[in-house]
Amino acid sequence: MKNILLTLVLFLLAGCGAAEPQAVRLRLMTHDSFSVSEAVLAQFTAETGIQVEVFPAGDGGAVLNQAILAKNDPLADVLFGVDNTFLSRALENDIFLPYESPLLAQIPDALQLDPQHRALPVDYGDVCLNYDKTWFAARGLQPPQTLDDLLKPAYKGLTAVQNPATSTPGLAFLLATVATYGEDGYEAFWRDLRANDVLITSGWEEAYYGHFTAASDGDRPIVVSYASSPAAEVIFAAEPLSEAPTASVLGDGACFRQIEFVGILRGTKHEAAAQQLVDFMLSKPFQEDIPLQMFVFPANETAVLPPAFVQHSAIPANPATLDPALIAANRERWIAAWTAVMLR
Amino acid sequence: MIRLRFPAKLLFLLPVAFLGFFYLYPLAAILRLSLAPEGAVAWQPLRELARTPYYWRVLWFTTWQAAVSTLLVLLLALPTAYVFARYRFRGQQALRTLSTLPFVLPTVVVANAFTALLGPNGLVNGWLVGWFDLAAPPIRLHHTIWMILLAHIFYNYSVALRIISAFWQNLGDELAQAAQLLGASPRRAFCAVTWPLLRPAVLAAALLVFIFCFTSFGVVLILGGPRFATLEVEIYRQAVQVFDLPVAAALSLLQIGFTLVLLLVYVRAQARMNRPLALRAARVTAKPIKTAVDRLLVGATLALLGLLLGLPLGALLLRSVTGPDGLTLLFYRELFINRRGSLFFVPPGTAVFNSVAYALATMLLAVVLGLLAALLLTQKGKKLTIGNRQWSIVNWLDPLFMLPLATSAVTLGFGFIIALNRPPLNLRSSVLLVPIAHTLVALPFVMRSVLPALRRIRPSLREAAAVLGANPRQAWWHVDWPLIRRALLVGAVFAFTVSMGEFGATLFIARPQTPTMPVAIFRFLGQPGALNYGQALAMSSLLMLVCAVGFAAIERFRAGDEGEF
Repeated sequence: MKNILLTLVLFLLAGCGAAEPQAVRLRLMTHDSFSVSEAVLAQFTAETGIQVEVFPAGDGGAVLNQAILAKNDPLADVLFGVDNTFLSRALENDIFLPYESPLLAQIPDALQLDPQHRALPVDYGDVCLNYDKTWFAARGLQPPQTLDDLLKPAYKGLTAVQNPATSTPGLAFLLATVATYGEDGYEAFWRDLRANDVLITSGWEEAYYGHFTAASDGDRPIVVSYASSPAAEVIFAAEPLSEAPTASVLGDGACFRQIEFVGILRGTKHEAAAQQLVDFMLSKPFQEDIPLQMFVFPANETAVLPPAFVQHSAIPANPATLDPALIAANRERWIAAWTAVMLR
Repeated sequence: MIRLRFPAKLLFLLPVAFLGFFYLYPLAAILRLSLAPEGAVAWQPLRELARTPYYWRVLWFTTWQAAVSTLLVLLLALPTAYVFARYRFRGQQALRTLSTLPFVLPTVVVANAFTALLGPNGLVNGWLVGWFDLAAPPIRLHHTIWMILLAHIFYNYSVALRIISAFWQNLGDELAQAAQLLGASPRRAFCAVTWPLLRPAVLAAALLVFIFCFTSFGVVLILGGPRFATLEVEIYRQAVQVFDLPVAAALSLLQIGFTLVLLLVYVRAQARMNRPLALRAARVTAKPIKTAVDRLLVGATLALLGLLLGLPLGALLLRSVTGPDGLTLLFYRELFINRRGSLFFVPPGTAVFNSVAYALATMLLAVVLGLLAALLLTQKGKKLTIGNRQWSIVNWLDPLFMLPLATSAVTLGFGFIIALNRPPLNLRSSVLLVPIAHTLVALPFVMRSVLPALRRIRPSLREAAAVLGANPRQAWWHVDWPLIRRALLVGAVFAFTVSMGEFGATLFIARPQTPTMPVAIFRFLGQPGALNYGQALAMSSLLMLVCAVGFAAIERFRAGDEGEF
């Protein structure tokens, strides 16, 4: 017994001695959908000696607002997950320190929306309409190709979208229609869509798992989701599938591109370590881990996509985009107009 | 009342300090930042708000749907509470547990269970179409007010059932029988005797249910659909999506203010209702099933519970074991496998452990603080004179303890961030913040179930104990404690449940990785794929199972209690 105790004490002492008291602990604040492989993050810690503590803090908007409220006394060192629909809010509130990472050279200019490099692009994903392939095949009906198709009588009562006032993909889809039909045309599109019996839900989960025929007992074979959702359907199938049961509508302007950014929070005590973490998040190991963890596409062009991703999900050739400043200036007006057209 | 010496009196300050530090202070901080960022209150946005008819419509809708929901819950729960209080039958305990399970389920999961039953392609519509050879599904409740009301009943039924039946159990029938002997009809005996005696518990339950429905968020958003909005939904939208803090704060104040008025009315009303009573042990008041009437009553109760609660829960369970090729445990097995090597993979054991640890911490905090607060509120305290009115501390403190339940989760969550950022209260990113936030929501449950029980104890019992030589502590231990134990257990069950279901502000606070079962469910629901959805349902079923075991364990504290009060 004494021996065991002695061994324990020695072990503890040895453990205390071995730990590096100088090791930096970084806090990475992010949204609830963030994910990374254990091994990939462990690799970063092994290489740099920097420990990373991940702090999930709600959905994208809630995370950003918390960071802004805690501006003078930041909750974390690095923040990941601000997207292009919220980017202006983050920049206007000046919560990020600029950092021109050398890895930005490997990231296309089209994704680099902040010329001062306070927010650095990490990944992008396209919000697209998904349809149930089996449903359309069984009825011999052609799946939709463009946004205009949704207004045809043949597609009456088939589509489910999310309320842009309460849902991120819902907002992205509204922005796609604004970009495609312009200020003068988007309201007319939505009025016609309403006349064609579109179903509106408050969030993505309810639309997809509550009403989408491919994933529920619902009766809507078309739903607003992501271009990567068909790949997720294969990877997370209940039984092995050779082909995705769903597909995305990829026509010009039918999808809206969301870009997610990382930034170093002003007030951090570990700026150099935070820069190392940002570099790591833009580097190949992390970037190649992104698709299967978060089901979005890596921003770094040198990253190789996993086969399941290449096979089952597509990147639209011409997604809709809007300038973040334009989004920030008009978001509430567009949502209000949409609400007036769709819900009143 | 019990008289305590000085150091013991300080104990009573604990719940008040808790409320002050973790509720009033953060709330004041976020309201100040939102409404008076420059030091002086900016009235302009408030005036604009008051002039927007939309917000008044939201307030009106919020109020009436909560009132109707509460009424429906009471109408359905009262007969059931009678059956639970007056009859002994097998499976009673299991049914009580079943009735409380909905409380912990995430709204998305419940919404889908309802869709599976009542949706256009759902079970019930399928039957009706088949039986009556209809062209279209006859039930179309989706995104209607009926769905909101139904879900509110589903969620809140057990609050009314548990609080009322626990109180009713110890009410003897002698007074009602005396009234009948004197010629009153059974109905008149109920109206004139039983109902007035029961009213404190009914009103306490009604208050809790009303506040819950008044601040309803997920149910309105998901089951009601985008056409409906309560104040809580609008606050979330303004605070998170629009980031208009002044409007969010003003709406929060409106929500709190409205509830406060209601609470003040409640406190005054219930003060006149409470009377000390001769209490009877539950085993004396409950009877076995004998006559046809007994059978009918108990049978109807079982049918109601089965239809209202059992069917949706059953649909959920069934779905969690149904794969592409029929029955399977695939989704449960999959819970244990970290296929993608994700840092965020949560082994079910860990999720259960975290949830239960938080729930036990919450329960302990809420029971201790709630009991102290209830004792404080039953002290004959000093009166405050305001104008020509006298207010006892009860009238002020009681509503204050209820307010966290009526405060928007996002408002309080944001308040924590700006208020709890320096020592000694540097708790922003501490795991302690989770049980603390849950306790704020759980305290009202403990207090609302303990207070009516405490107030009906006859002072003569304590005096008798004193005459027989008991010191105040002994008198409390042998008189008060046995009489409030059951009510305290009801409160404990709800404190446990509130935490297991992750209510309130914890959704809006950053926290280190101690993933709970609801957090794991939300993660699964966030991504497409049959496996994700199946695992979300499997985890939800597991959550129900853990809660059921938890309830059984808590209720065991009642066993060995000779009087069974």
